[in-house]
Amino acid sequence: MGKARVYAHLVRAQVRSQTQYRASFALDVVGSMAVFAIDIGTVFVLFSVSGSLGGFGGTEVLLIAALAGVSFALADLVVGNADRLREYVRTGLFDSLLLRPLSSLAQLLAVNFALRRIGRVVQGFLLYLVALFVADIGWDPARLLLAATAPLVGAVFFGSLFVMGATVAFWWVESGEIANGFTYGGRDFACYPSTMYGEWFRKLFALAFGFGFISYLPALALLGRSDPLGVPDWLRWCSPAAAAIAAGLAALFWRTGVRHYRSTGS
Amino acid sequence: MPRVPWALTAAGFRRYATYRQATFAGAFTNVIFGFLRCYILLAVAAEVGGAVAGYDGPKLVAFVWLGQGLLAVVSMWTMLDLAERVRSGDVVADLLRPINPLWTYLWTEFGRAGYAMLTRFVAPLVVGIVAFTFYIPQNWVTYPLFAVSIGLAVLVGFACRYLIGLTAFWLLDIRGVSMFWGFATNIGSGLAFPLAILPDWLATALWVGTPLPALLQAPIDIAVERGGVGHSLLLLAGQAAWGAGLLLVCRWVQARAVRRLVVQGG
Repeated sequence: MGKARVYAHLVRAQVRSQTQYRASFALDVVGSMAVFAIDIGTVFVLFSVSGSLGGFGGTEVLLIAALAGVSFALADLVVGNADRLREYVRTGLFDSLLLRPLSSLAQLLAVNFALRRIGRVVQGFLLYLVALFVADIGWDPARLLLAATAPLVGAVFFGSLFVMGATVAFWWVESGEIANGFTYGGRDFACYPSTMYGEWFRKLFALAFGFGFISYLPALALLGRSDPLGVPDWLRWCSPAAAAIAAGLAALFWRTGVRHYRSTGS
Repeated sequence: MPRVPWALTAAGFRRYATYRQATFAGAFTNVIFGFLRCYILLAVAAEVGGAVAGYDGPKLVAFVWLGQGLLAVVSMWTMLDLAERVRSGDVVADLLRPINPLWTYLWTEFGRAGYAMLTRFVAPLVVGIVAFTFYIPQNWVTYPLFAVSIGLAVLVGFACRYLIGLTAFWLLDIRGVSMFWGFATNIGSGLAFPLAILPDWLATALWVGTPLPALLQAPIDIAVERGGVGHSLLLLAGQAAWGAGLLLVCRWVQARAVRRLVVQGG
């Protein structure tokens, strides 16, 4: 319990310092909400062209995009700062995290906690609630449970990606953009029905990398639809397993990276 | 080319050629986003019978991959270090030099863009041509026009970011302004979708009233020969007008800013 109090303290200190300049903070929140609006807006600009995307109607696309959006926003709030690791490795500041008797990853996240991202989480949840209401869902206990846990499961998946991407900095300091391809790229991928992508790309990203498990497959399960391209129905319920695998891999990556870390020398 | 601009351009080129890891990582991410956006736009086109807003399949492919390549050349989201130098006061050293910092930054920017053309532009282009049916210009005149258009796009992108940097003389912190810029370019530059998809009044307003389409949409439209040579020349004229106008504004704002700096320093 003592450790949790230390982390809470670190986060509180960050929040206090970030809210000192209120106008600047408010501007940051508004800005990050505008970015979220653009991302979802882009989906619907394209939707407006054809009136359907990949064989899915408006409320179905909204559910997929909203679930991807809220999962990403939640992960970005809690774990998005992992990419600051690059600076820590380059400057050798990471040493200071290793010296303290707490998890280095949790410290990194707590010390860089960015409250401004909360706006997007609220936006995402509201949109997700709206999507659940307007979509044609035959509610039963299993679907209720799925709807309630899907954003968290998606956030664990995205969070694992953030950590894995950040870990690359232990080997290549200047390569942060590779991670962006999978985190922001993964979010863009998950915002659209997987049926829109070419076959090899869909299989690689949706199934092998697991981006389909964030929003597309859970949305299919909620809507009671089967994948038009023949993904087995039971896979629609396997997102938690996919997220658990991703989290395990992220932990493995992180540990290997920390062991590889050699500091900057004197 | 006179000696000083040449030396500055070469210096800009060499400076960015140093970061080979970052170049690779950036190009890798552009390629991922290229596949993503390409499949999405092609799927939309397939649902409405092959063409979106006058762009058929190969033109959409060219739109996406040229956009991903030019993104790094125009580099509209990376702010110049001018603002940071204003904040720290280092800009005084820039102003003491016998050459106006506006030109120093401009030539360095062309060097950076030149390096990006050889690396970041070529990589996605090659992948796009290999993986999809890519629109090849029918008229040889298109190639020189496209080259000039890229140069003007770099110029417009530079002038906009230099202006944003100059606001630091008044605001000290340009985060708010650059956030607004990021928001505007996301919608108006023609990166996520062709501007012609938007309602006519909005697309026209963007073309006429803002320099944003000059950054990506104009060179891309020239490359896919939208509307023939006459239309291309019109786009070039528009880009040139924005470039020249914005440079004049930069000079005027800088003159006022420098007067203000003297007040602060004295």
